[in-house]
Amino acid sequence: MNKKLLAGLGVALMVTATAYAGPTLDAVKKKGFVQCGVSTGLPGFSAADDKGSFTGIDVDVCRAVAAAVFGDAAKVKYTPLTAKERFTALQSGEIDMLSRNTTWTYTRDTSLGLNFAGVNYYDGQGFLVAKKLGVKSALEMDGASFCIQAGTTTELNLADYFRTNKMQYTPITFDTSDQTIKAFEAGRCDALTSDQSQLYALRIKLQDPNSAMVLPEVISKEPLGPVVRQGDDEWFNVVKWSLFAMVNAEELGITSANVDQMKASSTDPNVRRLLGVEGVKGEWMGLSDDWGYNIVKHVGNYGEAFERNVGMGSPLGIARGLNALWSKGGIQYAPPVR
Amino acid sequence: MPADPTPQTSASKVPLWRQPVLRALVFQIALVLALLAFGNYLLNNTLQNMEQRGITTGFGFLSNAAGFGILQSLIPYDETYTYGRTFLVGLLNTLLVAGLGIFFATLLGFFIGVARLSHNWLVARLATIYIETFRNIPLLLQIMFWYFAVLRPLPAPRQSLAMGDSVFLNNRGLFLPKPVSEEGFGMVLTAFVIALVAVFLVARWARRRQEETGRQFPTVPAGVALVIGLPLIVFWLVGAPMHWDYPALKGFNFRGGLEVLPELAALVLALSIYTGAFIAEAVRSGIMAVSHGQTEASYALGLRPGITLKLVVIPQAMRVIIPQLTSQYLNLTKNSSLATAIGYPDLVNVFAGTTLNQTGQAVEVIAMTMGVYLLISLVISMFMNWYNKRKQLVER
Repeated sequence: MNKKLLAGLGVALMVTATAYAGPTLDAVKKKGFVQCGVSTGLPGFSAADDKGSFTGIDVDVCRAVAAAVFGDAAKVKYTPLTAKERFTALQSGEIDMLSRNTTWTYTRDTSLGLNFAGVNYYDGQGFLVAKKLGVKSALEMDGASFCIQAGTTTELNLADYFRTNKMQYTPITFDTSDQTIKAFEAGRCDALTSDQSQLYALRIKLQDPNSAMVLPEVISKEPLGPVVRQGDDEWFNVVKWSLFAMVNAEELGITSANVDQMKASSTDPNVRRLLGVEGVKGEWMGLSDDWGYNIVKHVGNYGEAFERNVGMGSPLGIARGLNALWSKGGIQYAPPVR
Repeated sequence: MPADPTPQTSASKVPLWRQPVLRALVFQIALVLALLAFGNYLLNNTLQNMEQRGITTGFGFLSNAAGFGILQSLIPYDETYTYGRTFLVGLLNTLLVAGLGIFFATLLGFFIGVARLSHNWLVARLATIYIETFRNIPLLLQIMFWYFAVLRPLPAPRQSLAMGDSVFLNNRGLFLPKPVSEEGFGMVLTAFVIALVAVFLVARWARRRQEETGRQFPTVPAGVALVIGLPLIVFWLVGAPMHWDYPALKGFNFRGGLEVLPELAALVLALSIYTGAFIAEAVRSGIMAVSHGQTEASYALGLRPGITLKLVVIPQAMRVIIPQLTSQYLNLTKNSSLATAIGYPDLVNVFAGTTLNQTGQAVEVIAMTMGVYLLISLVISMFMNWYNKRKQLVER
């Protein structure tokens, strides 16, 4: 009948067919690529370009994992998923990891059989409105209607916000973020609400991006990060430390441009450990010793990924803000490699 | 010496495993047991694996607070209600679309089906074009088309198209005055029910009288007068216990009054037009299945074409039409799940969409959703089979 029902059936069948596929890492090494769940098209986070290759800050996490496992960031296959399909796809084993601007919440972490491997983008929910509406604050939006993507934390936050402020609202929910922006453009709703980063990404899809503006209010905490299945700690470690390696590399000043030189000549023990020259062993995760080197070499550090995909130099033009390193006024912080 | 012809004694000579009846029974029981065992294995394995992977199971989530809003609800609902309630809200919205769709598709289908057989060249060709166009375009595309075709040209709420001060049309929907009953309105409803019963009795009496004496009674005008007139008189007598709730522009949107969502309008429109094309073909095939001799005989008796259609052709055509009609009704109901593509809050959108995702309990939610569609379809099927039995040709 449609995708969701099939996905649901898929869970039932796959769960029954493969009692337990064995550690994900072995399976990934055997098949030769990482199957990564991404969004159906969100510029800056995960979107296919005109050549059909995926780019984005979420995609870079997938690529980092592939680089760590295979030494080749291109060994990833992508599965575009709607918000509603994503967890089912991960639970059923259809994908190895999910890197799809997914908010880390209590319910998802505890009751869905999932593990969040970290936060690659600290976000918050905001509102996109047409400028001609003349609204300056979300608190002026009593009685307005909102276009939302179904199956997101956005739906819940919106309900909470309007309930707390004793205002009325009308939710109009769609399957994909593309449908929400189309309906917004057609005037079906007064505002579009989503994570702020997404609002900037969706705004550039409008025919006239300058006709809409993002309101200043941020009404929720949205820590977005990669997700893996519960019960496979080895794979969990690989994804977690791939992300940490990117953040640590930025902190240590290692970039894709200087990584070879750093590896050859750096005397900083932190750098030498991260790049696998001394101290720690990759085999503790089931990887080669130069896993950290491969990530920085093929994908770059966290700052590079940020600037390239969503930063001031990209069409989205988002400032680092909360996503700056802890040492530079933000809250991006990774445990040390040692 | 020939073998004993009586089966009783021959059965006693045949060994047990070669008796056809017994053998068939054993095989059937074995098959049922095997199926049950397989189902049981699937269920147990699923539950066990989900537990192993730390996925919560069970139906406890239905009593948790939902915490999200729904665009349209026929029963009281807000975000403080439970997930179980979202199931009901979605189900009722699905039934609303299915009900409206079946009603309009049937009307349209019968009209177009008859039109295609018209002797008027233009009418018949127009009907053919309609059928061939809408039957051959995927439904999802049609839904999208109507949604954006309805939505795009309409103005924003502040520039609404208005008819007087009470009816407004804009890209948020059609806003109509809503009748609000006051004390004493129950009397009017009672009068309406009495009128319906009276019409039923009058129709029965008129039919019997016509069968006995041949004299006709104007049942339809009398019925209409009764159904409209009686409640109206009572309404006036008890002092018009009703007022209108007019929609008014407050802030961003209209509030109050009766609201027809563009999603609902687009969906009903697309479903009716699409299914109507199939029903039209069913109607045409039914009518063509009635031998032309019947029509000629009817004309020879001096019945006019309209009456011939009503009394001779349609009753005989119905027995061909009904089984196809059943399939179309079932299709329409199931197709209504495409609502999710344009954001209409039906069962699939609300329950198998948002609720599934917020709770993550895919197996339970999908099982419930499939169960409900199965149940709705079976009910429609049962009703149509009962109706079919009533309409079947009675051989004399």
